[in-house]
Amino acid sequence: MYKRKLLASPFMVMILIGTIIPLCAIGYYGLTDELGGFTFENLLAIFEPDHLKALELSLILAAVSTIICFLIAYPLGLILRDSKLGEKGFIIFIFIIPMWMNFLLRTMAWQTMLERNGLFNSLMDFMGIPFVEIMNTPYAVVLGMVYDFLPFMVLPIYNVLSKMDKSVIEAAYDLGASKLKVLSKVILPLSVPGIVSGVTMVFVPSLTTFVISNMLGGGKINLIGNIIEQEFTVTNNWNLGAGLSLVMMIFIVISMAFIAKFDKNGEGGLL
Amino acid sequence: MAKELIRLENISKAFGDNLVLDNFNLTVNENEFITLLGPSGCGKTTTLRIVGGFETPDSGKVIFEGRDITQVPPNKRHINTVFQKYALFPHMSIEENIAFGLKVSKKSDAYIKDKVKYALKLVNLEGYEKRKIDSLSGGQQQRIAMARAIVNEPKVLLLDEPLGALDLKLRQEMQYELIRLKNELGITFIYVTHDQEEALTMSDKVVVMNDGRIQQMGSPEEIYNEPENAFVADFIGDSNIVDGIMVQDRVVKICGTIFDCVDEGFGKNKPVDVVIRPEDIILSKPGKGIMDGEVIHNVFIGVHYEMEVLAGGFEWLVQSTKSFPVGSKVSMRVDPDNIQIMHKPKSHDEEAIALDV
Repeated sequence: MYKRKLLASPFMVMILIGTIIPLCAIGYYGLTDELGGFTFENLLAIFEPDHLKALELSLILAAVSTIICFLIAYPLGLILRDSKLGEKGFIIFIFIIPMWMNFLLRTMAWQTMLERNGLFNSLMDFMGIPFVEIMNTPYAVVLGMVYDFLPFMVLPIYNVLSKMDKSVIEAAYDLGASKLKVLSKVILPLSVPGIVSGVTMVFVPSLTTFVISNMLGGGKINLIGNIIEQEFTVTNNWNLGAGLSLVMMIFIVISMAFIAKFDKNGEGGLL
Repeated sequence: MAKELIRLENISKAFGDNLVLDNFNLTVNENEFITLLGPSGCGKTTTLRIVGGFETPDSGKVIFEGRDITQVPPNKRHINTVFQKYALFPHMSIEENIAFGLKVSKKSDAYIKDKVKYALKLVNLEGYEKRKIDSLSGGQQQRIAMARAIVNEPKVLLLDEPLGALDLKLRQEMQYELIRLKNELGITFIYVTHDQEEALTMSDKVVVMNDGRIQQMGSPEEIYNEPENAFVADFIGDSNIVDGIMVQDRVVKICGTIFDCVDEGFGKNKPVDVVIRPEDIILSKPGKGIMDGEVIHNVFIGVHYEMEVLAGGFEWLVQSTKSFPVGSKVSMRVDPDNIQIMHKPKSHDEEAIALDV
């Protein structure tokens, strides 16, 4: 037993350096002022109008991205569930390939595609559709979020759908339920754990991202992640950055607890 | 004359290269307990799924009350199924599970409440409405699955090895429950199992299947006492299947010894298969029977002793309440009634004789 515990030590060191120490540091900076005195001011700073606005926009964009991801991923999961083994592997492969590429590169690719003289607008032009400004709008940010985080929604949903007992679904048909009824009364409720997992894994990174909004928002879209980033890198106010981070953490914990309430089986979710 | 309810006409079904049902014909009458019996892979479950609408046959027709329902989806058939692993909805209470079919068909709340109560009473689980599925034992879940199906008043109830997951004692109890339910409801049961005892205990009619074909169909007594071929004899109960020569009508030579039997019409000196049930062999002191031998094995298995007797170059399985110790010389005798003569299959193809019914 003792020896086996030793094998976990590299992981423990990683956790210590990568998670526990930074968390303590954030806690320390977030609850102190520049002179090291204890204060709640950095937490309360979230109520400043600029910050509130950024938080609101973050919440909206993250929610919209999550919903779009769900609307794409769920039907896909249903299709995958019913397809043959070979097709299944192929479709999943297609979805996983982008994940092998660095996420900054992927976002950057969208940047070039969406810009004023980029691929997208050339294509629109070619088809005779008038010029659409997508770059540097919330739409571009949502597009980036959906593109980057979609696999995280697809995989847990596919997982729960493919593991679902086929005979339960057949039983519902057997009892006279139409396709729609089977979906709404049986398949959907039974896939809640996967949905919760997927929602968590898309919503949380979307809520806190600053890279996507930086690259596709062109500095015009200020999300809460951007504000925190700027406190650390531009203003050099670590205390305020850490304070706002703490608020975000509390926010995420609360929303996850809320989501977890729907997850009766406790299979999915981060908490 | 029993009224025909379901007729399967020339059904064939293959999964890939594997031909599961081969030109299969079966008629099921109203208010009949019919069991499809066979080893795994014999096509019995596929037959049931075709009746339920979960599989579409490659060719052939399913006729239900005179109407062709081959292409009708399962939710439009007046047929309900009890699944092998119960397939209860884990996210619903027992009440919601049973009410599912009634709610889907938009029955009134009062009617549903009454029906659920009635169904629970029928399966001896009164007062369980609000319980959770996972708080039930396997046997109770099985009963709920039954209740959920019969509450819709189907014309036919399909049961796919519903007792497979239960322990022996519970299984026997449920067998009697099923017979009682069937009699109370007066509907047709189509039951699938690989357990010959289950089939013999409950059914009005047993259909023995192998390789996608019907091997024999008849009452449990017929199937047991007069197996039509070696497969049926071997599959139903224990049996000694030996080569014999039909010397003439009512006389068969087995292992060099002449036995009297009751079968006629096989011709003279024709090779045949002979089936003798182990409980039909009567052992006595040497010289008192027809064929002498030696006991080479003896196990007590509760109801009787199971012995192997080497006689005439064949190891006979014998079941008797009287024990003969290993090594003792014995003599064997069989009543002419209990010797079952069967034609030898002419070729491998004919081993599975398709019976037109």
